[in-house]
Amino acid sequence: MNGLSKWTWHMMAGLGLVAFLSIHMITMHLDLILGWFNPAGGESLDWANVTARGKQAIMPFFYVAFLGLALYHGLYGLRTIIFELGIPKRMARLTTILILIAGIGLFGLGSFAAFHFASVAASTGAIQ
Amino acid sequence: MNDIKQQGNRLGIIGWLTGGRWGFERYMYSLHRITGLGILSYFLLHIFVTSSRLFGARTWELVMGAVANPVFKLGEFAVFAAFAFHMLNGLRLILIEFGFAVGKAEEPVYPYRSSVNTQRPLSVIVIILAAVIVCVGGYRFFFMH
Repeated sequence: MNGLSKWTWHMMAGLGLVAFLSIHMITMHLDLILGWFNPAGGESLDWANVTARGKQAIMPFFYVAFLGLALYHGLYGLRTIIFELGIPKRMARLTTILILIAGIGLFGLGSFAAFHFASVAASTGAIQ
Repeated sequence: MNDIKQQGNRLGIIGWLTGGRWGFERYMYSLHRITGLGILSYFLLHIFVTSSRLFGARTWELVMGAVANPVFKLGEFAVFAAFAFHMLNGLRLILIEFGFAVGKAEEPVYPYRSSVNTQRPLSVIVIILAAVIVCVGGYRFFFMH
């Protein structure tokens, strides 16, 4: 993937994040008014609501897509800022490798958390 | 093309805040980077905090209790404000990247006309919209609990 493609994906990921983050914000902060995503009632971060959302089949896919877009957009943005400072070529290469490793690691952790929690919540009702 | 010597970024990060007589958009560029870094820092922490649900209800309540203090609340609001600006300014940048809101291309005849003035209304709209979202969100954050 050349620089222009990466930059285009960065912009597209940003557009995707507008949609995903809007849904996330509504879920977390406006659901007292709307009441769509928190079936147990009360606060969105109450354990009962976290478990209820975990049981919904679409949620892990939503989280993983959201995580992937956010990590790509955020870490590519960070790389751009570091590169703008005019670092030497070898340092630039090392920066890319470190950011890539961090991105893959965080994506792995977030994806595992989303799918493992969903499968346990679906089979046992809730994690105690 | 390969003969062109690449100029170093002489001012570095200091140049983000010392634009001097550079235009308004230059400071929006700085703010876009600062808010982006803020959101990224929060997001990296957020991955670890939300992953704590893997360890069950007790750990979740413990972690939620640890972040339920005024400092985190204020930080969360700062992230919300940063997100509002970063999102709207990002949409402005994408529009400009694809040639919208920059005026029609014209022959470069002296005295040259800058396209910055054509872009300016969009920048002002972004600032106003971001301010409205931050105010509404602020009301929700601090007065609706």
